[in-house]
Amino acid sequence: MALVSIPAGLRTVQEARLDDSEAERIRRDFPALDQEVNGHPLVYLDSGATSQKPRSVLEAEQDFYESRNAAVHRGAHELAVRATDAYEDARAKVAAFVGAETEELVWTSNATEAINLVAYALSNASAWAERGRGGAELARFALGAGDEIVVTELEHHANLIPWQELAFRTGAALRYIPVDDAGRLDLAEAARIIGPRTRILAFSHASNVLGTVSPVGDLVELAHRAGALVVLDACQSVPHMPVDVKALGVDFAAFSGHKMLAPTGIGALYGRAELLDALPPFLVGGSMITKVTMERAEYLPAPQRFEAGTQRISQAVALAAAVDYLSETGMARIAAREAELGARLAEGVAAIDGVRLLGPAPGEQWYGHARFGLAAFDVDGVHAHDVGQYLDSRGIAVRVGHHCAQPLHRRLGLTASTRASAYLYTTEADVDALVATLAEVRGYFGVTAKVGA
Amino acid sequence: MSLDALYQQVILEHAKERHGSGFDGAPTPAAGHGESHQLNPVCGDEVTVRVDVADGAIRSLRWEGHGCSISMASASVLHDLAEGATTEDFQALVSVFRDMLRSRGAISGDPEVLGDAAAFEGVSRYVARVKCAMIAWVAAEDAARQAQG
Ligand SMILES: Cc1ncc(COP(=O)(O)O)c(C=O)c1O
Repeated sequence: MALVSIPAGLRTVQEARLDDSEAERIRRDFPALDQEVNGHPLVYLDSGATSQKPRSVLEAEQDFYESRNAAVHRGAHELAVRATDAYEDARAKVAAFVGAETEELVWTSNATEAINLVAYALSNASAWAERGRGGAELARFALGAGDEIVVTELEHHANLIPWQELAFRTGAALRYIPVDDAGRLDLAEAARIIGPRTRILAFSHASNVLGTVSPVGDLVELAHRAGALVVLDACQSVPHMPVDVKALGVDFAAFSGHKMLAPTGIGALYGRAELLDALPPFLVGGSMITKVTMERAEYLPAPQRFEAGTQRISQAVALAAAVDYLSETGMARIAAREAELGARLAEGVAAIDGVRLLGPAPGEQWYGHARFGLAAFDVDGVHAHDVGQYLDSRGIAVRVGHHCAQPLHRRLGLTASTRASAYLYTTEADVDALVATLAEVRGYFGVTAKVGA
Repeated sequence: MSLDALYQQVILEHAKERHGSGFDGAPTPAAGHGESHQLNPVCGDEVTVRVDVADGAIRSLRWEGHGCSISMASASVLHDLAEGATTEDFQALVSVFRDMLRSRGAISGDPEVLGDAAAFEGVSRYVARVKCAMIAWVAAEDAARQAQG
């Protein structure tokens, strides 16, 4: 077995708080954090877009290529066996990390592909059912005129557009649960919208703009009472808090490895076994079949059924190493730490003249949850790109733009915002540097006089 | 690279004053009209430019839009420079401006040729912002082409 760097913050002390001194130790495992940008030490506050990677993950990927590289589920030579074992062990580990059975976890490139997989499998089910393929079993997935797909107004485009297109392909209608002026989901309206026509409810577990954790229990109950399937966009939750898909009761969940310390190019779809085994495939080709003739093919059960072609093997192995790093640090501790950093961010940002914090006010809980470690805001009179440029000139990396949530920004009266997001390696000093530098921005752009205008 | 080289004072002032912004004025009689809308999908910045051309010159260039200080200032400067220019001079100006912005800092802005637009020379070092500086100019080029039939 490979030797890999042992992550910092040793792991036997899971009961103790993850505090600033531990975050400082954790940082040393992340080579990318140790550099200067524009003459300043890097302050990386863009983990919501993608996380940095610890050495143990980088080494796991390199070790795979150095000692076990081969195609998986093909060929019988020793390396192929080792590669297949590594790939399947990674699946078991990542599945367990989110409370799923091993066979319930399908590898994808990212969350976007995972959500598209569900949407295409469902429309393929409609097409198969229409042509009498796959048996009566598939009719329950068929969508058509009169059926409704429900999303929320705050979704990332990755959990909106696949449903728009599924509605277009099948003739179903797309409806959405609105948010109020502050961005809060209208749950009374949700209870009216979700009803007998609802076939699918898709929503994000944690918002990449508002820093809120959705009322999953309430929404799942509404959907299941109506007989609808629930698709959870867990892209911003799985990296940042303990997630148990079974306890949440969702039917599908999607997340991306690159946001949770792993490389790009790997993500996962959780699907209840019974659903994955019943649904037709999305991508078809090699490695997912049992018998192929010139006319047709028969398919393997899930998860292989959904993994056509040569797979993302080293990335899956590296994602398992990332999950080790997170598990050893402790997801509950990470979540608690991020809630503290989120509160610090929110307080600091909201206290600056002319800066509007999006989402819950400092100290406020929405749906019974504190803000996680993310805060987006609008600086009056200064465009988000200019805010980001100013921060970047001080070595502070944040996200600017609509964060792939144009409808939500429009609803909040904005075209763009600036977003700072934390992770387990973020220190209080990082947050304080952002807040102090942000306080200079309006002065620099000469708009301080406009406060309250 | 200092931030002040990117955000020169001229740029910050134009970003606030926004010369030529708003479509209230009546179109110039007997002129060729052109209108072009450009969107930067990365940041959502949008600019619409209307150009009136008569007797081989730009009689009016007005615009509406929203975006960062660089994109708004460059639209404002464009208005000042384009109005009254012959379409040939305008086209030459756009070329010089574009070449400077694409030069990654190699070509400095000549105020003799570019007027206030020379202040955008610092933008060329910030590759991510070149589109911001160009958006109104691309719209104007397109609108002027239409206006000339
Ligand atoms: C809430 C949410 N959903 C979906 C995605 C899409 O993730 P990816 O681009 O990795 O597929 C993101 C990340 O940008 C996100 O924040």
